[in-house]
Amino acid sequence: MNSGNNVQFLQGNEACALGAIAAGVRFFGGYPITPATEIAEVMARELPKIGGVFVQFEDEIASIGAVIGASVAGTKAMTATSGPGFSLKQENLGYAIHVQIPCVVVNVMRGGPSTGLPTLPSQSDVMQARWGTHGDHPIIALSPYSVRECFDLTVRAVNLSERFRIPVILLSDAIIGHVRERIVLPSREELTLVERKKPTVAPEDYKPFEDDGTDIPPMANLGEEYIFHITSNNYDDEGFPATNDHDIADRRIKSLYNKIERNRAEIDDVDLFMADDAEIIIVAYGSTARSARRAVMMARQEGIKAGLFRLKTIWPFPYDHLRTAAEPAKDVLLVEMNMSQLDSEIKSATHGLQTRIHGLHQSNGMLITPDQIYDRIKGLV
Amino acid sequence: MKKNNYKKYLRTHKLPHIWCSGCGHGIILGAALRAMAELELDPYRTVAVTAIGCSARTNAIMHCNTIQTTHGRALTFASGIKMARPDLTVLLFVGDGDGAAIGGNHLIHAARRNVDLTTVLLNNSIYGMTGGQYSPLTPYQKTASTSPYGNLEQDFDICKLADAAGASYVARGIAHDPRHLSKLIRGGIEHKGFSFIEGISHCPTYYGRKNKFASPYDVMRWVKERSVRVKPDSYNFSQDLNGSVPVGVLSHKNLPEFTDEYRKLVEKLQKGAES
Repeated sequence: MNSGNNVQFLQGNEACALGAIAAGVRFFGGYPITPATEIAEVMARELPKIGGVFVQFEDEIASIGAVIGASVAGTKAMTATSGPGFSLKQENLGYAIHVQIPCVVVNVMRGGPSTGLPTLPSQSDVMQARWGTHGDHPIIALSPYSVRECFDLTVRAVNLSERFRIPVILLSDAIIGHVRERIVLPSREELTLVERKKPTVAPEDYKPFEDDGTDIPPMANLGEEYIFHITSNNYDDEGFPATNDHDIADRRIKSLYNKIERNRAEIDDVDLFMADDAEIIIVAYGSTARSARRAVMMARQEGIKAGLFRLKTIWPFPYDHLRTAAEPAKDVLLVEMNMSQLDSEIKSATHGLQTRIHGLHQSNGMLITPDQIYDRIKGLV
Repeated sequence: MKKNNYKKYLRTHKLPHIWCSGCGHGIILGAALRAMAELELDPYRTVAVTAIGCSARTNAIMHCNTIQTTHGRALTFASGIKMARPDLTVLLFVGDGDGAAIGGNHLIHAARRNVDLTTVLLNNSIYGMTGGQYSPLTPYQKTASTSPYGNLEQDFDICKLADAAGASYVARGIAHDPRHLSKLIRGGIEHKGFSFIEGISHCPTYYGRKNKFASPYDVMRWVKERSVRVKPDSYNFSQDLNGSVPVGVLSHKNLPEFTDEYRKLVEKLQKGAES
């Protein structure tokens, strides 16, 4: 399973692990959980061969804690889990957002709540990915819809995390994680890898969180020429606690948001399929988008002008892109394996338009089939 | 060693610290700084990790790389740091609530893996930062804000736990005897493997006040009177000391260290790939 330019027959989870390695991930903190475990298994086998570190920790909290520690030490780091584990990781995820530590957290979504449907697919952690950890915060979450995209979006997740000093969540699901497809992996030369911005000032002048005008402060790694402090408290430019200073708190939280909002052109990522002249736009992502794509082709064969608006970046939500795509359409149909978690985002994006909004939702562990979507499309005509 | 040499490991511009008058934590930090000075640790290659609570306030005033993390999780972050950069010296300062309650599981498993980390658990018998609630190390029947009628729960020997889980260096010292404690911490840093040092501190503000100790020194004296010094290589954890608390190096073993084991695996796999 080299990541060279060769044809392979891989599972989404395997492609995700190989994508991480190709992107430079050299530390993986794991914990067994269905349906994400294969990612840890591939990492356990492959990382020591190339001098990387795989460790299976005592729990989900430890695995993300160690990932953050390894990243502060200068190593690209990742962990992977599913619903219950994703819940356990939330506090440390918030820590990494707060102190701006790059890392990747994969959530191969399964049915919930609680233990729920461990082996069955779902998309019901979409809102948890956005707001699971406490406090105001931005987040980036990506959603692959094929095995090849598990590879590509893992590379992109690592790159975005390094570029913006933020954890990036890869929202896969039990179908995408386990489906096997023939794929051609890109060669090393075809990949663009991003490294975190390093400080260039004299060590005595280094202020770890001083804004250089980009809202993305340069990041020193442990054990180099800079000494620094980081804290889970609100912090000043030097990284020390500032727990009673409203101005610093205001500046910090706005800066965290700005670094994402001001760079939407780099972060937003949608895939439009037959959407140019579409009267019915389907909004979908992940495995559901596979069915939606087929349903669009079925509709087109019947002369129905349907199209697909597929979210590759779910968070931040691409409101402007959806508004542009939805404006000329008569109907927008949101299809998700959950109880309509993105409904309010769709309504915000299309607020004031004549376009009618519909939903096709199912949260029983069953994939939404092309026929189900096609039937809804026909019903809208 | 030059007198006061330890001050180079202090961020003096971040003083004064925020601990209450009479708190034992500064004494224990001082003992650790003296150990660092004796070993001439390079502050650029040393990382001090803390979590949440009064114990977490040790590292912001230390001159080395310092990381304050989430409640109970210092050992998880520190493990990631050490595994990614085995060349760094990694020290931890955790509390009794932080290290024995919410972080207890991580203590067991960091000890079991025998990762080369030196953990100092500052035990002041109480959750101080939140106002004096009982911890797993608050003695039976003692009073705290959440045990106003006396603590119904049994406390336990955290050193015995660390030893049983696999820590290869276990020691206990008291703030009443900082020079001895400094030697114990130094021994922990020098030891290759997971080192656990319980530093018995004292909290006059909450533990002392709620348990009718008239002054900070009375709490210190209570700790001192309960403790008994044991000689190196002479103690075993099943020994009965008539209720006294053993102080000194309690166990010291040579066991395979995790990052060493991992490095050997990498070398073996890479050698196999070449041939």
